[in-house]
Amino acid sequence: MKRDLICIVCPRGCSVTVEGEIGALKVTGCTCAKGEQYAIEECTHPTRTVTSIVRVSNREDTMASVKTSCPIPKESIFAAMEAIRGLSVEAPCCVGDVVCKDLYGAAVIVTKDVL
Amino acid sequence: MMKHSVVIVGGGPAGMAAAIAAYDRGVTDTVIIDREEELGGILRQCIHNGFGLHKLGRELTGPEYADVYKKQVEERGIKVYHTTMVTAISPDLVVTAQSREGLMKIQAGAVVLAMGCRERSRGALSVAGTRPAGVYSAGTAQKLINCMGYTVGKKAVILGSGDIGLIMARRMSLEGAKVEAVCEIMPYSGGLTRNIVQCLEDYGIPLYLSHTVAEIHGTDRVEGVTIAQVDENRRILPETKRYIPCDTLLLSVGLIPENELTRAAGIPMDPITNGALVDENRQTEVPGIFACGNVLQVHDLVDYVSDEAEIAGLGAAEFVLGGGKKGVSVSVKPGAGVRYVLPQRINLGEEKDVPLFLRVVKPYGKVRFTVKAGDEVLATAVRLKAAPGEMEKIVVKKEKLADVQGEITVSLEEIV
Amino acid sequence: MIYDVIVAGAGVIGGMVARELTKYKLNVCILEKESDVACGASKANSGIIHGGFDPEPETLKAKMNTAGISKLYETAKMLHVPHKQNGSLVCAFGEEEEPAIHELYERGLENGIQGMSILTGDEARALEPELSEAITLVLNIPSAGIICPYELTIAAVGNAMDNGATLKTNFEIAAIQRANGIYTVTAKDGQSVQGRFVVNCAGAYSDKISAMVGDDSFTIIPRAGEYLLLDKSEGVRVSRTIFQVPSKEGKGILVSPTVDNNLLTGPTALRVRTSGSTETTDDGLAIVRNLSKKSVPGVDYRQVITSFSGVRASVATGDFIIEPAKNAENFVNVAAIDSPGLTSCVAIAEYAVEILGSIGLELLANPAFDGTRPDPHFIKKMSDEEKSAYIAEHPAYGRIICRCEMVSEGEIRDAIRRNPPAHDVDGVKRRTRSGMGRCQGGFCMPYVMKLIAEENGVPMEQVTKKGKDSNLATGRI
Repeated sequence: MKRDLICIVCPRGCSVTVEGEIGALKVTGCTCAKGEQYAIEECTHPTRTVTSIVRVSNREDTMASVKTSCPIPKESIFAAMEAIRGLSVEAPCCVGDVVCKDLYGAAVIVTKDVL
Repeated sequence: MMKHSVVIVGGGPAGMAAAIAAYDRGVTDTVIIDREEELGGILRQCIHNGFGLHKLGRELTGPEYADVYKKQVEERGIKVYHTTMVTAISPDLVVTAQSREGLMKIQAGAVVLAMGCRERSRGALSVAGTRPAGVYSAGTAQKLINCMGYTVGKKAVILGSGDIGLIMARRMSLEGAKVEAVCEIMPYSGGLTRNIVQCLEDYGIPLYLSHTVAEIHGTDRVEGVTIAQVDENRRILPETKRYIPCDTLLLSVGLIPENELTRAAGIPMDPITNGALVDENRQTEVPGIFACGNVLQVHDLVDYVSDEAEIAGLGAAEFVLGGGKKGVSVSVKPGAGVRYVLPQRINLGEEKDVPLFLRVVKPYGKVRFTVKAGDEVLATAVRLKAAPGEMEKIVVKKEKLADVQGEITVSLEEIV
Repeated sequence: MIYDVIVAGAGVIGGMVARELTKYKLNVCILEKESDVACGASKANSGIIHGGFDPEPETLKAKMNTAGISKLYETAKMLHVPHKQNGSLVCAFGEEEEPAIHELYERGLENGIQGMSILTGDEARALEPELSEAITLVLNIPSAGIICPYELTIAAVGNAMDNGATLKTNFEIAAIQRANGIYTVTAKDGQSVQGRFVVNCAGAYSDKISAMVGDDSFTIIPRAGEYLLLDKSEGVRVSRTIFQVPSKEGKGILVSPTVDNNLLTGPTALRVRTSGSTETTDDGLAIVRNLSKKSVPGVDYRQVITSFSGVRASVATGDFIIEPAKNAENFVNVAAIDSPGLTSCVAIAEYAVEILGSIGLELLANPAFDGTRPDPHFIKKMSDEEKSAYIAEHPAYGRIICRCEMVSEGEIRDAIRRNPPAHDVDGVKRRTRSGMGRCQGGFCMPYVMKLIAEENGVPMEQVTKKGKDSNLATGRI
């Protein structure tokens, strides 16, 4: 296989080419190790960090922003969003508080203090 | 009248970083005046990730990035006036502000402008058609969705491929809306390439370059938009008009530094950046008034905002401590292929390296930037590609600045 | 209840007629099809107090214009409506147009306009340095002025309500019947109102309302006027209103400061399909840009903050129609009020009420009538000391919601509470200027929505931009 990608690890947005068979992929065009890892993963099992918001049960018109603690499989994004919509937190909550322990291999954690 | 050594106007990423830098330089009587209820500025609604890679070495969401700085402000006990609007700044450094508590006047030792920017509106574009509900600037929609928890529509078209527009295309998709198209009037996107990949391509949203929204339809709520291709002079090609039914139009058509206070204070401006003219310490032409962040130039990365704000905060602290001596300075001008360079002025003999920030006029492949004073080359830098949407940084070493004569220019040439 | 008078339409004419009626012991009901007052031509016009040189002598337009100027200034003061007697200049470009200047001068004299003078191009440029070099002769009308047309309408309706009138919005008239001397006015949604007399002030729809009682003697020819509004940074280009020599279609493209120190250019005068055709067009706005630059070449169109279009209610005869309806008793048409309708509005209202009196409406003075209205922008006129003291007592006036126009929470709450109450975001905007500035509500809109929701005790999803189905938030996450 051969795939041309734009690396999304950092704002530099390197143009990357991945060639070869799964298990022995060769990456060219990367300028960092993280990018190389991204390129291989993108061709084998692409993942994304999902960010969203959840309701704060005891605060009106206030939402707490959340994210998955690590990237989750790309094909699970919409299912994960559906699950996140069912979550809520109670104030006070702080950056790093866990809202859900396991969502497609990641935890859902709060990214904003709601005091 | 109250007195404070350094008064920071704005509590977003620029204001917070400037305050911390001024405090750490020894000016503990530094205060932040912020119009919002909590620090963080626009970052509070930027719940997506991608912040901090450069500055903090890890990838954070907007609220998390803001939180890092907010905690540093709190640890230092820096005074913050929340929900307080600065209404005037005078050239002799009197800051007038207003809140639920009343009016206050502060005699500042130095002022740092960090008011950020606003979005260009539908009105400014004069898009033809009706005036229904459902036309939002992307940031307004972002605020309604991410901070207040309301959806803004089910079927959207986005005009402008700035980063906020791209981020909102993904955000609306995640919340169950269908984003029909992103139209960009230029033949290239104004957003970061990574955002085109992870916000549009991931969700199968088409990006139409050299396209614009020609007309808005609908009486009460948006019912559709007519999109059309434009020629090289950005004029609509009528035969390419196409109707797209939708209930929402988001605009991401540019950011404008919010410099009303700056202009009212009589501070000279750069017509290209729409921000103040500054030196390498981010001091404006009015002694004691500094500027940083998106009120000075629209950045694409918050990390660079923080960098710039630290320079300004430090500059303001030095001004208060040392009285702001001024020696010989030279101006910095954009040359071939460069739209603007900041700072626009460098004081000589300051014994420090000076990073220059610039944007190019159009997308390029491989280029070499050259910083020159007369015939003398002060710095060069090679980039594999350059685009107007991505700010470039070139550092001029202090030894090169020792005996510069005349104007400094930065230009680029394409190389193979 | 049976009202004494039903006023159809809450534009500036309907508002002023209603206010005039509350000077007498009368029960007045104002019906408006939109969610707010001033939603038609009254919110989208030039906002000019015309000098009165233009209308043909002896027409109703000439009479009302001349009589209306001083009445409007006086009423605007009582109602605290922003206005300014800034004067206007009518410009001729070259010899061919110069005779028109002399003609207008003579006509102005005939119409009883005072203080006019004719200036050379250079004399005019001494007054207004940004005028084009191509201007050769100028008619100077110092009595002319500018006024905020929607604030005038809001104030007129509000003052009428303060004096006892009832306002029903979202009342789109579908039928008018008369039985036993009582009119029953029925809305599209079935609700109805009864009254003894009806005054038709329905603007661009007045022909349709008149036809409902059997008078189809006139037809409104909707003519759109497109405008561009520029930032305050451009408001300094001229201090007077700059006209070009008028043509058959209208008074031509003007360049004028507004009472809020913005710059206004326009209007076009294009025939449109329907009375509701208020969309702007690329061609129309291009005409405005090009023709305005003919008068004031320096206008910087990069500073545009918004564009809009208003539909003028013209008729073929070109004159106002203020008379009892044909074939219908106790029904007065106040129709075809295009320019100079705003200038004439107080005079028109007085004249219309006089006609009502002459056809049998008893006019007994209402001793409780108070023709004044509190200034909605009082806080902006205070000194720093006064403001500080006021905020100490009323903290909401200290919190700024709209940063471009510096509008406080207190002012927005007032707009939602006071007569006529604002129900939606555009209503708040017209009353307070919140969202009227350079960011066009980008920052303040969510906060304004929240205040409306809070004051009216409704969820955010029910808050609209301009009533009906113009909801802003579509659901809760």
